[in-house]
Amino acid sequence: MPSLTIRNTVVALVIVALLLLPVYSYLAGDRFMLTLFTRIVILALAAVSLNFILGFGGMMSFGHAVYLGLGGYAVGMLSYEGIHSGFIQWPVALGVSALFALVIGALSLRTRGVYFIMITLAFAQMAYYIVSGIARYGGDDGLTIDTRSRFFPPLNLSDKTQFYYVCLFFLLAAVYLTFRIVNSRFGMALQGIRSNELRMRAIGFPTYRYRLVAFVIAGVMCGLSGALLANQADFVSPSVMYWTRSGDLIIMVVLGGMGTVAGPVMGTIAFLVLEEILPVIIKFIGLPFVGTAAAGRASEYWMIVMGPLLLLVVLFARGGIDGLLMKLDERFGLRRQP
Amino acid sequence: MTLFIEQCLNGLQFGLLLFLLAAGLTLVFGIMDLVNLAHGSLYMIGAYFAATFSALTGSFLLGAVLALIATLVVGMVVEVVAMRRLYGRDHLDHVLGTFGLILFFNELVRLVWGPAGLALPLPGWLQQPIEIVPGVQYSAYRLSIIVVSLIVAGGLYVLVMRTRIGMLIRAGASNREMVGALGVNIQLLYTLVFGLGAALAGLAGLMQAPILTVQIGMGENILILAFVITVIGGIGSIRGALVAALFVGFIDTLGRAFFPDLLRMVLPSAAASTAAPALSSMLIYLLMAIVLIVKPEGLFSAGQR
Repeated sequence: MPSLTIRNTVVALVIVALLLLPVYSYLAGDRFMLTLFTRIVILALAAVSLNFILGFGGMMSFGHAVYLGLGGYAVGMLSYEGIHSGFIQWPVALGVSALFALVIGALSLRTRGVYFIMITLAFAQMAYYIVSGIARYGGDDGLTIDTRSRFFPPLNLSDKTQFYYVCLFFLLAAVYLTFRIVNSRFGMALQGIRSNELRMRAIGFPTYRYRLVAFVIAGVMCGLSGALLANQADFVSPSVMYWTRSGDLIIMVVLGGMGTVAGPVMGTIAFLVLEEILPVIIKFIGLPFVGTAAAGRASEYWMIVMGPLLLLVVLFARGGIDGLLMKLDERFGLRRQP
Repeated sequence: MTLFIEQCLNGLQFGLLLFLLAAGLTLVFGIMDLVNLAHGSLYMIGAYFAATFSALTGSFLLGAVLALIATLVVGMVVEVVAMRRLYGRDHLDHVLGTFGLILFFNELVRLVWGPAGLALPLPGWLQQPIEIVPGVQYSAYRLSIIVVSLIVAGGLYVLVMRTRIGMLIRAGASNREMVGALGVNIQLLYTLVFGLGAALAGLAGLMQAPILTVQIGMGENILILAFVITVIGGIGSIRGALVAALFVGFIDTLGRAFFPDLLRMVLPSAAASTAAPALSSMLIYLLMAIVLIVKPEGLFSAGQR
């Protein structure tokens, strides 16, 4: 039974809010909110999968967005070839992601630290260039998807509310799965490898295989997110797997709290909501140091705030949102100091 | 044959240009143990400065020199304001913090120079082709890039291996506290090294500027190549960076030029022309994968890091 702390309350409230969002959207007639949060839920799934290897496995993959592209292109290419059934598209999306993760992981996990960061980055770029080069599927311009994945009739992904709940179901399932895995023997071993690989190897764990399995699990989870994202946008382009997108995913994880089960979800919400709100704030303030001509375009410049904000979070708020909530709990005596 | 020589020279030119970028990256990593994703931003800023100063002064050379100094200053400011706080942190923090800097610099450039790209025109005397061997003409500008890069590479070698500053830099890389205890201002030294790395990136950027358009995000594509090079060469090794940069420069350039024809010999023409662009941009990543399978620490690893 989880104890009643501020942190747990906030997490519970976030879940309830996500569950009730379509109701609000329906009552208030606010379609934009539903679209925004569908996107948030899908990218949160990607963040959860990245957090699984980054936060619990200590594997700093900088090419994680590649699975968004792989999953998306599996759906897009099959749809282009006239195969619209989700029962074919989605397993293919997961299978391709698993295969890619297996090959890339097998090579990358031979290395450590910065090498690992750069290699995952480079392999993702390789996939990016391959996809950009395939003229049949749109190349650089991307591929429009005419029909969303089809399942049995009662399930209609073109219905925004239904689609939202499908995405939310997968997100909650992924969070639950992460929770179960990290508390299992496998997950404990993985975290043991994160803190001291040599020791784990010395007591007989095949550490390479453990890390590789985790890497593939994360790849598959993110591939699913990619298939959902392509369905949401009705479009997939190489830019979803560009390396800065991987950077965005890492930001979401770190903003929410790395190595916590619920952190990445909160981080994704914070990141994407900031993306919507910051331009409005900047426009409101009007950036005094910009000339009047540029002030109208000021909303485009939100990254100029987001960038330093990220630096500040890295420097001063390591635990992210989850860490802040835990600090609050300590302040009010709801959690014993570690 | 003429085409082959020309493409080889292009490969050499591109490789040396990449070396300038990778050298700064690997210098900063080898000495301060800092992963700097924002290195590509300094490359971009160098190019923007060069375009602006050339237009203001009306002279390409004067503009280039001013841009170099300005990029050096920007690098030192960045070190003092942001990087200095990241040294003790782990690599994840470096990656995140400097990723934040990329976002910041891209928007800053958009704010100052606007969203459209700039052009940096070449002066007339650099535009004529030069006859290098009888019958083979080559762009004077690309040739001058080769010469400048070689001079800088040599200068870097002398600076690091033969001078007192270089000795301190190398000593600081091995044991920061010890060098500090001997009365060396290690903080100032780091600021200078970071500025030097920035100036190298800026030099690469301003030399590439007349060939490509100066635009936002131009540093990000080439940064990945610089990463590939540092990984192949062994992080922290300048010698490794040089060898790997030449490898990558040649393979990338020759691959793009001749790989489609080679492919056409084994595949039907239509299939070959679809697959060739994707496959030739993959070549260097394949090279990296092979190097890593054989030597996971890169060709010239600078030891345990």
